Amino acid sequence: MAEMVVKATRESFGEALCELAKTNNDIVVLDADLAAATKTSIFQKAFPDRFFDCGIAEGNMIGVAAGLAACGKIPFAASFAMFATGRAFEQIRNSVAYPQLNVKIAGSHAGISTGEDGATHQCIEDIALMRAIPNMTVINPADHYEMIGAVKAAVELNGPVYIRLGRLAIESVNNNDDYKFELGKGITLRDGNDVTIVATGLVVREAVIAADKLAEEGINARVINIHTIKPIDEDILIKAAKETGKIITFEEHNVIGGLGDAVLAAISEKCPVPVKKCGVYDRFGYSGPAKELLEIFGLTAPGVVREVKAFLGK
Amino acid sequence: MCGIVNSDKEMFNFMNSTEINQLQITACKARLYALEGIFNAKSGHPGGSFSAADIYTYLYEKELNVDPKDPKKSDRDRFVLSKGHCCPSLYAVLALKGFFPVEELPKLRKVGAMLQGHPDMKSTPGIDMSSGSLGQGISAACGMALAGKLDNKDYRVYTLLGDGECEEGQVWEALMFAAHKNLDNLCVIIDCNGLQIDGTVAEVGGLEPLDKKLEAFGFEVFKMDGHDFNSIEEAVKSAKNVSGKPQAIIAKTVKGKGVSYMENKVNWHGAAPNAELYEVGRKELLESLAELGGTL
Repeated sequence: MAEMVVKATRESFGEALCELAKTNNDIVVLDADLAAATKTSIFQKAFPDRFFDCGIAEGNMIGVAAGLAACGKIPFAASFAMFATGRAFEQIRNSVAYPQLNVKIAGSHAGISTGEDGATHQCIEDIALMRAIPNMTVINPADHYEMIGAVKAAVELNGPVYIRLGRLAIESVNNNDDYKFELGKGITLRDGNDVTIVATGLVVREAVIAADKLAEEGINARVINIHTIKPIDEDILIKAAKETGKIITFEEHNVIGGLGDAVLAAISEKCPVPVKKCGVYDRFGYSGPAKELLEIFGLTAPGVVREVKAFLGK
Repeated sequence: MCGIVNSDKEMFNFMNSTEINQLQITACKARLYALEGIFNAKSGHPGGSFSAADIYTYLYEKELNVDPKDPKKSDRDRFVLSKGHCCPSLYAVLALKGFFPVEELPKLRKVGAMLQGHPDMKSTPGIDMSSGSLGQGISAACGMALAGKLDNKDYRVYTLLGDGECEEGQVWEALMFAAHKNLDNLCVIIDCNGLQIDGTVAEVGGLEPLDKKLEAFGFEVFKMDGHDFNSIEEAVKSAKNVSGKPQAIIAKTVKGKGVSYMENKVNWHGAAPNAELYEVGRKELLESLAELGGTL
């Protein structure tokens, strides 16, 4: 087994960029005055000539990234998810995705686990916003290992990619030596036929812990990790729908437009089964320590156990 | 100091009257094709297309290092039409230059056409950047100029903005970025025709004093008459001589230039002429073309 790593995915992101940039001269990085927070500062130290701080001007940053990509560079443009996908939404849509330019957008401090900064900085709409744009690939890695794989896959894909980064240090879940990141492929982490738990991002590990608890109570839950929300792995979801008959989704995102809706869209035509969407129920977050907020919002293992049992009527 | 372009003529090899005549003919044809495309589509933006037609013509015929046979060559000069809606006459200039057949021009904005309502770099040879949402093209131009610096290439990047477009905050973000990064391979041209959809730029946006603002943002500023090829040449060449900072050229233009009933009329920003007015406009432009000794 690979070592269990406790690390924020934003940090893994910064490290992965550095590693890949050693052999790929086209990689350049842009930030909007948040390099220390998004961890592009790691890249900045290693490759100062290929790092461009654009100042607090996210719209322009995305446009500059588009221009760099039009000239053959592979720009990673990072900011908080709120400002990258919110403030610069239209620049991403029109200057990056429409011309299918090779720009990678990294949105850090996504979800309520941003914590103390409160609702203005806790982006719970980024997946919905990015999913809705044609040509866009959307990745939400669950841990350190997945982030390393995701950044590599993003570089290898010629086209726009959104990668969601978290602020909170989290324990890795993909420690197995045969772990392989395949863009667009879900990963079955636990087998079971009573219900399928589909999770993304930091809730994946919580879902695995929850599944083990549920097993002790005789409920055999399948756990699927969906790191690529677009394009989503329809096959693994339809198979799960057929074999388990019920799906429950967990995400650190609004239940509108995120993983839950992507799962619904994937199965509703070919194998409609009851789906319960868990996440942030169309409300704003508030200040507090990340771990406390995740508990309150039901996105830790006990919350997953509670929701699954309620869903199954147990 | 604002470099008002009307002196030091010895600095340049000025075009002779034959060359200027050829440019005038090309610009007039571009207006004719643009008018036809807009009329066929029953939509489009004639006003700004006509104010910018002479600028496109000069850049593509005299300045830009581009090859219609190899539109993506890596060391080419780039042109980003930040005011993307003014593409009909740009398309015509590109077609006349040989980037694609002129037969595409009347199909502007039609289903399946190569020529979209706003520039699409993926479908149209010669278009370096997709644009149409105001304020965004100039940022992409900054990125292209930055890439040139990174790769030690000596290509230049030109972008054309509208004066109304300068009301977008992103424009000023981009201007600040360009000067801060010393992008002296970037030339920002502002087509100051004085009009936008809701009225005059003076009434709606309060842009002036534009030259002082651009200077304060770190640009070397030039002015030109956007319909006088000598003036355009002098400004473009002067800008090219600047090193260490980006350049801005304020182009004084007439919206709707070339069609009498459109000139300086706010309602011709984004409207197609009816059949009767189309014939009037076409006749005027054909007469201008004949006076110049040109034919379609």
